[in-house]
Amino acid sequence: MMEYNWDFASVFMSHEALVVGLIGTLRIFIICLVAGLSLGLVVGLARYSRRRALRWPAAVFVEFFRNTPVLVQIFWFYFAFPILAPFDISPLMAAALGITLNSAAFSAEIYRGGITSIDPGQWEAARAIGMGYLQIMRRIILPQALRRMLPALTNRGIEILKMTTLASAIAYGELLHQARLIASINYNPIEAYTVVALAFFVILYPIVRATYALERRMAKGD
Amino acid sequence: MTVDPTPAEPILRIRGLHKRFGDNHVLRGINLDVMPGDRIAVLGASGSGKSTFLRCLNFMEIPSEGEITLEGTMLGRALRDGSRDYPESTLPAVRQRIGMVFQQFNLFPHMTTLGNVTEGLRIVQHRDRATSEARAMQELTRVGLAEKAQEYPARLSGGQKQRVAIARALALDPQLMLFDEPTSALDPELVGEVLGVIRSLAEEGRTMLLVTHEVGFAYHVANRVIFMADGIIQEEGPPDQVLKAPQNPRTQAFLARHKQFEF
Repeated sequence: MMEYNWDFASVFMSHEALVVGLIGTLRIFIICLVAGLSLGLVVGLARYSRRRALRWPAAVFVEFFRNTPVLVQIFWFYFAFPILAPFDISPLMAAALGITLNSAAFSAEIYRGGITSIDPGQWEAARAIGMGYLQIMRRIILPQALRRMLPALTNRGIEILKMTTLASAIAYGELLHQARLIASINYNPIEAYTVVALAFFVILYPIVRATYALERRMAKGD
Repeated sequence: MTVDPTPAEPILRIRGLHKRFGDNHVLRGINLDVMPGDRIAVLGASGSGKSTFLRCLNFMEIPSEGEITLEGTMLGRALRDGSRDYPESTLPAVRQRIGMVFQQFNLFPHMTTLGNVTEGLRIVQHRDRATSEARAMQELTRVGLAEKAQEYPARLSGGQKQRVAIARALALDPQLMLFDEPTSALDPELVGEVLGVIRSLAEEGRTMLLVTHEVGFAYHVANRVIFMADGIIQEEGPPDQVLKAPQNPRTQAFLARHKQFEF
């Protein structure tokens, strides 16, 4: 076996670059989490709509963004879009757009599945006391559906955070991109990428544990 | 010659009501006037259209044809071809005046008993929390469940759930109550408590339509009995007439199958 001298010190000496990367990662993550899961709800409701004019575009959207690679979408928004449109697009915008649309497509299916899993009797009872569609969604259907969707939405959130590394491909300063910089300066790619992997784990694991606890707490009402 | 100086206006006037599900013609022309204080039992075999009929009255199903007039106002809007349509935005106002109780209770499982009963008051009628809760407690007391106000539906028996569902409907002060087989999903020993609540409402003079298989209960509580088959009203009249001396052979055959009921 080859002897290897681990040199994490050189990585941590560049901690300022790592902090920049961490902030970059969290920024794109928050944007895509909020925008992706919100847009996903709208698309999911449209897919469930009785109106064909809403259902069809939503279905096309979901199938298109589910079945094309996010990295290709990001490249497309970054390199191709500015040729067609009269304005430039920043790496953050291009990456956020690609990841958001992809997450919206996947979460739309989660919302649709969660909403259709609710007993139609719930709709009827709510309608019978005079509630309108949005009131029923907000007060009756979504609170019950979200409880069932929480594990799947947690998975989506995890995927979104991991997908943020794709932004490094267009030189957006998130963790992976910063690690690559550090590695190219110090010739320590093993350590740099190990630190990145651990950083993701340290961010994600507590979130996952917290949602387990939340699921257990929500299950009590059943 | 006698002239009634103030002829009572029906709460609900139903004319030529049809309902089709695709090729399935379920209701084939129903006419009925529901007068204030009427307690109308709707009997019929399964598939006779009696539940569909009830569900058309608060637009859980949209009628395919016909006219429904609620306290003098014809519902829906006329289309050019003479049929009517019922825009979804106009229906909540109608449904608040027509309470409905379902076979499967359909309580909201993520809300307490009190939350179920206040939901319509707070969200639909925009009453404040204190007013809504006071009103809800009145109705929960009426159905004998005031002490269960903070329980979730999962902790209630079937009979208790159905009584909460009745309180939920009553809280909005509907002019008319629709009961769609309210005891059919209950264990036999729980039927009595629900029928007891419905009977007390009848004795207060509440107007109601009740789809039921409980022929004995219909006999004692209803002032009018309707027998439906093949999507039309086959026979209609006071319980003594329809249940004890039915004229229509379909009614006779139906009641013969329910002979185990003692009046």
